[in-house]
Amino acid sequence: MRVRIFVSLKEGVLDPHGKAVERSLHMLGYGEVQDVRMGKYLELSLDASSREAVETRVREMCEKLLANPVIEDYRFEISNE
Amino acid sequence: MARLETKESAPPSLSPEGIASHGLTEEEYRKIVELLGREPNFTELGVFSVMWSEHCSYKSSKNLLKLLPTEGPAVLQGPGENAGVVDIGDGQAAVFKIESHNHPSFIEPYQGAATGVGGILRDIFTMGARPIASLNSLRFGSFDHPRTRYLLNGVVAGIGGYGNCVGVPTVGGEVFFDECYNANILVNAFTLGIAKKERLFPGKATGEGNSLIYVGAKTGRDGIHGATMASESFSQRKETRRPTVQVGDPFTEKLLLEACLELMEQDYLIGVQDMGAAGLTSSSAEMAGRGGTGVELDLSLVPLREKGMTPYEILLSESQERMLLVVKKGSEEAAKRIFERWDLDAVVVGKVTPDRLFRASFNGEEVVRIPIAALTAEAPVYHRPAERPQSQDEIQKLELSQVEVPKDLGATLKNLLDSPNIASKRWVYRQYDQFVRSNTVVAPGADAAVIRIKGTDKGLALTVDGNGRYCYLDPYVGGILAVAEAARNLACVGAHPLGLTDCLNFGGPENPAVMWQFSEVIRGMRDSCTALAVPVVSGNVSFYNETDGVPIYPTPVVGMVGLLPKVERHVTPWFKSSGDLVVLLGRNREELGGSEYLKLAHGLVRGTPPWIDLRLERAVQQCCLKAIERGMIRSAHDISEGGLAVALVECCVGGSEKSLGVKIDLPETMRQDARLFGESQSRIIVSIKENDLSRLETIAEKEGVPVQVLGEVGGSRFIIQPLIQLAVDELKSVWSDGLERRLQ
Amino acid sequence: MRWGVVVFPGSCDDQDVYDCLTQVLRQKVEFLWHKDRLKEKLDCIVLPGGFSYGDYLRAGAVARFSPIMEGIVEFAREGGLVLGICNGFQILCESGLLPGVLTRNTQLQFVCRPVYLRLEETDTPFTCAGKKNQLLRLPVKHGEGCYYADPVTLERLQKNRQILFRYVDSKGKTSAAANPNGSVDHIAGVCNEGRNVMGLMPHPEDASEKILGSEDGLKIFSSIVEACEKTEKRAWLG
Repeated sequence: MRVRIFVSLKEGVLDPHGKAVERSLHMLGYGEVQDVRMGKYLELSLDASSREAVETRVREMCEKLLANPVIEDYRFEISNE
Repeated sequence: MARLETKESAPPSLSPEGIASHGLTEEEYRKIVELLGREPNFTELGVFSVMWSEHCSYKSSKNLLKLLPTEGPAVLQGPGENAGVVDIGDGQAAVFKIESHNHPSFIEPYQGAATGVGGILRDIFTMGARPIASLNSLRFGSFDHPRTRYLLNGVVAGIGGYGNCVGVPTVGGEVFFDECYNANILVNAFTLGIAKKERLFPGKATGEGNSLIYVGAKTGRDGIHGATMASESFSQRKETRRPTVQVGDPFTEKLLLEACLELMEQDYLIGVQDMGAAGLTSSSAEMAGRGGTGVELDLSLVPLREKGMTPYEILLSESQERMLLVVKKGSEEAAKRIFERWDLDAVVVGKVTPDRLFRASFNGEEVVRIPIAALTAEAPVYHRPAERPQSQDEIQKLELSQVEVPKDLGATLKNLLDSPNIASKRWVYRQYDQFVRSNTVVAPGADAAVIRIKGTDKGLALTVDGNGRYCYLDPYVGGILAVAEAARNLACVGAHPLGLTDCLNFGGPENPAVMWQFSEVIRGMRDSCTALAVPVVSGNVSFYNETDGVPIYPTPVVGMVGLLPKVERHVTPWFKSSGDLVVLLGRNREELGGSEYLKLAHGLVRGTPPWIDLRLERAVQQCCLKAIERGMIRSAHDISEGGLAVALVECCVGGSEKSLGVKIDLPETMRQDARLFGESQSRIIVSIKENDLSRLETIAEKEGVPVQVLGEVGGSRFIIQPLIQLAVDELKSVWSDGLERRLQ
Repeated sequence: MRWGVVVFPGSCDDQDVYDCLTQVLRQKVEFLWHKDRLKEKLDCIVLPGGFSYGDYLRAGAVARFSPIMEGIVEFAREGGLVLGICNGFQILCESGLLPGVLTRNTQLQFVCRPVYLRLEETDTPFTCAGKKNQLLRLPVKHGEGCYYADPVTLERLQKNRQILFRYVDSKGKTSAAANPNGSVDHIAGVCNEGRNVMGLMPHPEDASEKILGSEDGLKIFSSIVEACEKTEKRAWLG
């Protein structure tokens, strides 16, 4: 199965990257843009018996390594590719 | 005529267009057929095209580069190897080289600059040296050009991103802006390493049956024909050329560096070379060329990152962070274990043969069979026509009577200090790790960087210098000045030059005017090297720096290395205490041609560059060195872009400690602007204790150097009587913020 | 006393720390390879600067899972001294030995420059040779050195006096200009509650000799030596 993982900064944590992108968008005339947050996107494949099993494994990966719970949230999508 | 038939070589591209798309001329193709005694197949054509590219073969520059003096008492290895080597005593050697990565950096500034650093680092550690310091010399277009900030940001971040991660400090460099580089920036990277003199490793394949081991990152399709790209000029096609850009992985490079140095402590290795431009092809063919042997490669064994790669792609890939080792027969497993420890791929992909052939097979079938000599020694050499363009007379004309002296010279000084070419480069070098390896004695911002050699009293000084504007106005004099200024910068910190490496950035060599510039610069450098006794030990030529037929200013960049027998005696450019005397070594002349002032205040790039007498130049440097050795110099600073006034401001405000004021008397001997901002050569500003003046005068007299007491350090004002009176703090903020302010 | 300096793949300042400890302070030091388990009896372990495992995911995120770290976590729990410098600080935060996290510098650029640090607390083995409010001049060189902790954690750090160093100007005052990376509350270095684990972003090993322009970094290393030699029973554990 194919998993798409999104790691983003928790609300309230300063995001200088997002701020810089927001400034640039404003400079380009997209004044309506607000609250840009930048995160990480990962894709991976894994074999597993069930969707539930994948969920458990991926949640573990995220908490252990892929996201830092002090500042980051994560979510993921699973597809049968 | 017969052809080495292979399945994949159904030759779609041996049409005239196919040959031309490989960057080969029809005449060159005929020569290939003659050397092979048959037509090449598609893969072989690819091999010839990279090996005969300007980048790998130096076909247009070879015969002129021969003019440069390459011998000296300290030289252990001159040009022709991966890097040059000089003796620094105590059984140690300094290994260094400079190389360009101009075209890739223009296409993708971060990766282009990063891989430029990666390549030069590998050139150094392949020789058996641990890299301990890097410099870079950068040229960008006018600051107002829409792309300049993007390119500057990317290049600086890329240099830092790579060098910092590998753990090699960037200790100095230069950055210069001019519209001639608008569409063709220059990124020249320099690295120096230290090796044991008797543990240097050549890029040589010798010993029949010894194994070729591939180590490092896997091979992908990146950078195929990078070497050919570097040998083409830019045109509007650049956007579609993106796939040839390589991506760097500094982490793998760091592992490769540590693993190679660990291997070099053992007795397994014969020779080694980076798979840089033209990848596996050039590394194996060049090592065989130097070793007088042949090589046999099995391309099916090469570790691949992508599926379905052809022999053509495997041979020409420029994937980064790969090396080719020649390992003694029987030591393969022991060598491989070292790389395993560092989690790196190491695979035997071939062996050294006595037949002097470059042979490669793929899945049991021979796909390339070319005499090594055809790729190396017998590659074409051109004596390209060179002709001084008539326009040269015109650009050398400068009627100073037509140039008005500014009324407010203080304002002119502030404008100069604020300009990107003169303002502090703090914004740039703060993105580089300047301190890792804990050897940095003088960090960026001085005339030359100084690093100490651990375990000894010695230090090395390093600098990179070049002024394209001078070379544009008079390439012969410009060539002289590039070498002279580098040596003078070393003298200012107290170092004796040991050798230099050059990066020669020019337009296309088929243009006779460019070829004239090239040969004049070489003549100038030769005369300067000879007069100042500095040999050339390594270098790089970068042609085709032009866009739509307009070449950049001819821009030779000189990287020079000098020795300080006692590093604690080094000198910095910044004034130390109130009451010290400010003294000029050398002579002011009424010259403004090619100056930064003329360009900034009057929009003129005209005239002839500053005059130079190489005997006086040498004497000034000797005088400075002797005075430093006798401990009487408190500070020393070379006068260059912006002239005496700018140099004095730098002495006042450039250091990290508190700024000091100065009071100078400048008698009326010539035009006011020439007095303040002229760029006469062979001048050094020193500060000394008052009671050392007569000792300094004695040394100067012996060397035949004019000495002039300019004034005294102290106070909070910057005073040049009777022309300028300003607060030092104001000048400091103008100079410090000039570049940063523009980049906010 | 005996020191260990960990070598991760991508460590860059390991040799600098080693040279400083052996050449300047004449200490007994050994390198600890990341793939090995901790076996030796050591007094202090240093996690050096660099880019362990390339720092490609998050600085320090992968290094915490290396075999050597298991023993180091154990060593720290038993009261052993652990000093993390730069990347070492990041690893200590990632592995939970120190509170908070180090994120990208607010100016989004790598920053290398000398900074002034104000020594805030002296009752730790890393600072005991110094004086409260003393200034040290050390270089920083990092891209992800912006210290962050949530308000509750910050309050706890403050209350337990775990903030050991703050970025200040040459006069000892905190200011935005003196803070090189946007760290919350100008924090440059913290210790754990047990006061036997410390991390800081600046590099004491690059400022420990006169020829390098500053010897202030020695204050930290000699504090450790003093603490170990004076207090057999590690009195700082209370």
